[in-house]
Amino acid sequence: MKLSLGPVLFYWTREKLLDFYAEMAEQPLDAIYLGETVCSKRRALGLDDWLGLARELRECTRAELLLSGLALVEAASELSSLRRLCDNGELQVEANDMGAVQFLRERGLPFVAGPSLNLYNGHALAEMLDCGLRRWVPPVECSGNLVRSTLEQLDGLGLERPEVELFAYGHLPLAYSARCFTARAENRPKDDCQFCCVGYPEGIALHSQEGEALFTLNGIQTMSAKVNNLLADYPQLCAAGADFLRLSPRAEGMREVIAAFDAVRGGALPPLAVEGCNGYWHGRPGMLRAEEISL
Amino acid sequence: MQLICPAGSLPALKAAVKRGADAVYVGFRDDTNARHFAGLNLDDKQLESGLQLIRQNGRQLYVAVNTYALPDGWTRWQRAVDQAAALGVDALIAADPGVLAYASRRHPNLNLHLSVQGSATNAAALALYQQRYGIRRAVLPRVLSLAQVRQVAEKSPVPIEVFAFGSLCIMAEGRCHLSSYLTGESPNLCGVCSPAKAVRWQEDVEGLSSRLNGVLIDRYAKDEPAGYPTLCKGRFLVNGQRFHALEEPTSLNTLDLIPQLAAMGVSAVKIEGRQRSPAYVEQVTRVWRAALDAYASAPQHFSVQPQWRSALAGLSEGSQTTLGAYHRSWQ
Repeated sequence: MKLSLGPVLFYWTREKLLDFYAEMAEQPLDAIYLGETVCSKRRALGLDDWLGLARELRECTRAELLLSGLALVEAASELSSLRRLCDNGELQVEANDMGAVQFLRERGLPFVAGPSLNLYNGHALAEMLDCGLRRWVPPVECSGNLVRSTLEQLDGLGLERPEVELFAYGHLPLAYSARCFTARAENRPKDDCQFCCVGYPEGIALHSQEGEALFTLNGIQTMSAKVNNLLADYPQLCAAGADFLRLSPRAEGMREVIAAFDAVRGGALPPLAVEGCNGYWHGRPGMLRAEEISL
Repeated sequence: MQLICPAGSLPALKAAVKRGADAVYVGFRDDTNARHFAGLNLDDKQLESGLQLIRQNGRQLYVAVNTYALPDGWTRWQRAVDQAAALGVDALIAADPGVLAYASRRHPNLNLHLSVQGSATNAAALALYQQRYGIRRAVLPRVLSLAQVRQVAEKSPVPIEVFAFGSLCIMAEGRCHLSSYLTGESPNLCGVCSPAKAVRWQEDVEGLSSRLNGVLIDRYAKDEPAGYPTLCKGRFLVNGQRFHALEEPTSLNTLDLIPQLAAMGVSAVKIEGRQRSPAYVEQVTRVWRAALDAYASAPQHFSVQPQWRSALAGLSEGSQTTLGAYHRSWQ
């Protein structure tokens, strides 16, 4: 089993990003995804900065370095940035919008299908394989059964499976909007957001009126409040056909998270239960924890 | 611009035809479409008589097979596509690349529209669906501003359809798992959002509470109007404040934008609401028909009539309407 570090979904300062990746370069990771996937206005690092960072990281890590593209591509300017990203000439791209798939397909470049592409069955994967898909990150709401039966359906079509990367740890990216919820919470118009999301390195918690943590506001993205953690499900992840486990960056503590996953893939017993949620993997509401509902 | 109206039942279809819809869109009675609600949609017999009425009146019938196919249920999506083709529908509305591929190969003459659930918000994404599946129209998600719709329409390889009236999805359609996070059922996979079976109403000393799978979505004071607990329209706590943190319960209404949409070359406007009553479909279709006809006959003199506005306001969620993302200030 390989471990990957997903793109940073939050808005961090340039300094925090560079410190973070310097630390991550020393961890037992097999792939590191760079780039901004949530908001085109966030520019702590631009395309050239990301490429420069990748060159530096290449000196100190053996992890494969990839570049993730924006998930919700609306304005013409965003589309031309995405085209430039696909044309970067150095790093393979994680496509998070069909626009990126189109650019990569036109250029004959292999790509990773990120979790925001709606690929839910073998026939859809077959289409993407024909476009250059090499690795599939299923949508976060997919259950283990859905992942397994999608791959079996692909086998039935006589096609070779892509690599499979499961979103195994982190706040789940659940939705994308035209509206910036962070700016809204601060009573700012989106056009004059003052990059206020930089003040929330792990987003803003949204609670029900009874105080139950429901979601995390992260700019135009809505995430789960709970941290999805599939470490206790490790044997089932292997059985379902996973090649990579994606660990999605949090503001603190990623070194320990990586160490825990690394230990289990090295043979340590997985924990009986973990904090957070894993309902999606078990075919239940995503917010639930299997151990609590005795699945 | 064509007027595309919803029908979740035969009476709604009849109302849409009677009041001047150019096309009516429907779904089959299963999870192959994004309005998979109990008691909704048309069975085979109703579809046949609906189609007959539509042919008699020279209108068009579209069928939505616009959820994402489950690997174990693939034959259901195949069958839905085959059935639409056998009926001779004027368009099949689909989102799943696997479904689109099947439809375009098996039924090369079937007119394909990319569903809003396909979540294509830019010209490059539209080019992919056009080049691979020969789609002849695309429905844009309700997240684009008017300026962005213009940019997409200019570069799009296919004609564009936009949402004109009805419930407002705050999130990009096809890119929202909030419902499955709370309830296990999502628009993409199950054709439902905030499903009715997960809803509970509770009256106590604090007022009326609405819950979704046990989670409190909103709480209303005694005289406050209560709405369906679509989870993005609840009141939540953020930074200690209680407010509609994601979206107010309002409806999209774009009567004012008819001239701009027409000038951009938008080919069709869509009314949301296959889950709504025949009376709703009748009213909305009537108003929009009148507005589009008024524009067509005298584009320079178009103005929104007060009676159109008041007729639609009465049908809107929360009795309020908005231009949604079409207007930047909303974002």
